[in-house]
Amino acid sequence: MGRPPMADLDRVRVRKMMPPGHVRTPAYLRGKTGWIERQLGPFGNPEQQAYGLRGDPLVLYRVRFTMAEVWGDGAERPDDTLDAEIYEHWLEPV
Amino acid sequence: MPHDQHDHLSPSGHPYRADNDTPLSYWQTMEIAVRELLIEKGVSTAAEINGQINAMDARSPADGAQVVARAWTDPAFRERLLTNGSDACREMGFDIGALQLIAVENTRDVHNIIVCTLCSCYPRNLLGLAPDWYKSREYRSRTVKEPRKVLSEFGVNLPEAVQVRVHDSTADMRYVVVPARPDGTDGWSAGKLADLVTRDSMIGTGLAKAP
Repeated sequence: MGRPPMADLDRVRVRKMMPPGHVRTPAYLRGKTGWIERQLGPFGNPEQQAYGLRGDPLVLYRVRFTMAEVWGDGAERPDDTLDAEIYEHWLEPV
Repeated sequence: MPHDQHDHLSPSGHPYRADNDTPLSYWQTMEIAVRELLIEKGVSTAAEINGQINAMDARSPADGAQVVARAWTDPAFRERLLTNGSDACREMGFDIGALQLIAVENTRDVHNIIVCTLCSCYPRNLLGLAPDWYKSREYRSRTVKEPRKVLSEFGVNLPEAVQVRVHDSTADMRYVVVPARPDGTDGWSAGKLADLVTRDSMIGTGLAKAP
């Protein structure tokens, strides 16, 4: 929890990185921009816990995206939304 | 020809049926090994493990239906459910263990649907085990991309004005949908209303039944 918490409705981008190992950030959302729906946690970092390590406590955010942002022109309905839970180290402020 | 048929009958005269005839998978072997070690080392007992399996099998969508019906009839409870789903379920006496639950509410303007693209996260401590289709790659991959098409295949055709909100359970939270209360149920008791709440309506792939 090294960085200041983000507030509801703050715009955030999911970091576009492809690290190896157990990760709970869906690939289809990496690089996409959304906004904070609510703050949750802290929860242990699953990227450590998956290997039997003690997970560092992390803030977990529910991030809301528009379908237009996620799928571009392929969106079924641009203003429908998709929410996902993303750990703080995967988010950067926009 | 009659002779051929005898090859497929057991001595009792019944046909042979397929059983657990395939070799164990890696993970099935691992489960048995861990379970036997836990028992051998006195960490747990066979009765305790079986008790947990029975407790999980006893959970069913009927539990969630009671929660939804209470939310429909008790505005203060509805507020508590939408604020903290886990505490609201515990308040009703459901043993949901460590479940971290978020309840999302369908309204005239919004329809919610739940999916887990990474695996098959499901609020099993409230609703019991997930249906097989919920765990399929098809449901998981299509629901985030074309939820309206998926919904129409479940027989749910939403008005144009309704916004669809997909919830991908990617981490620690689990989700339950509070479906919209059907019209024509004014004055109904929570017990009677609960019969209208289906499993699919709490996943978001269905609506509550009409009275």
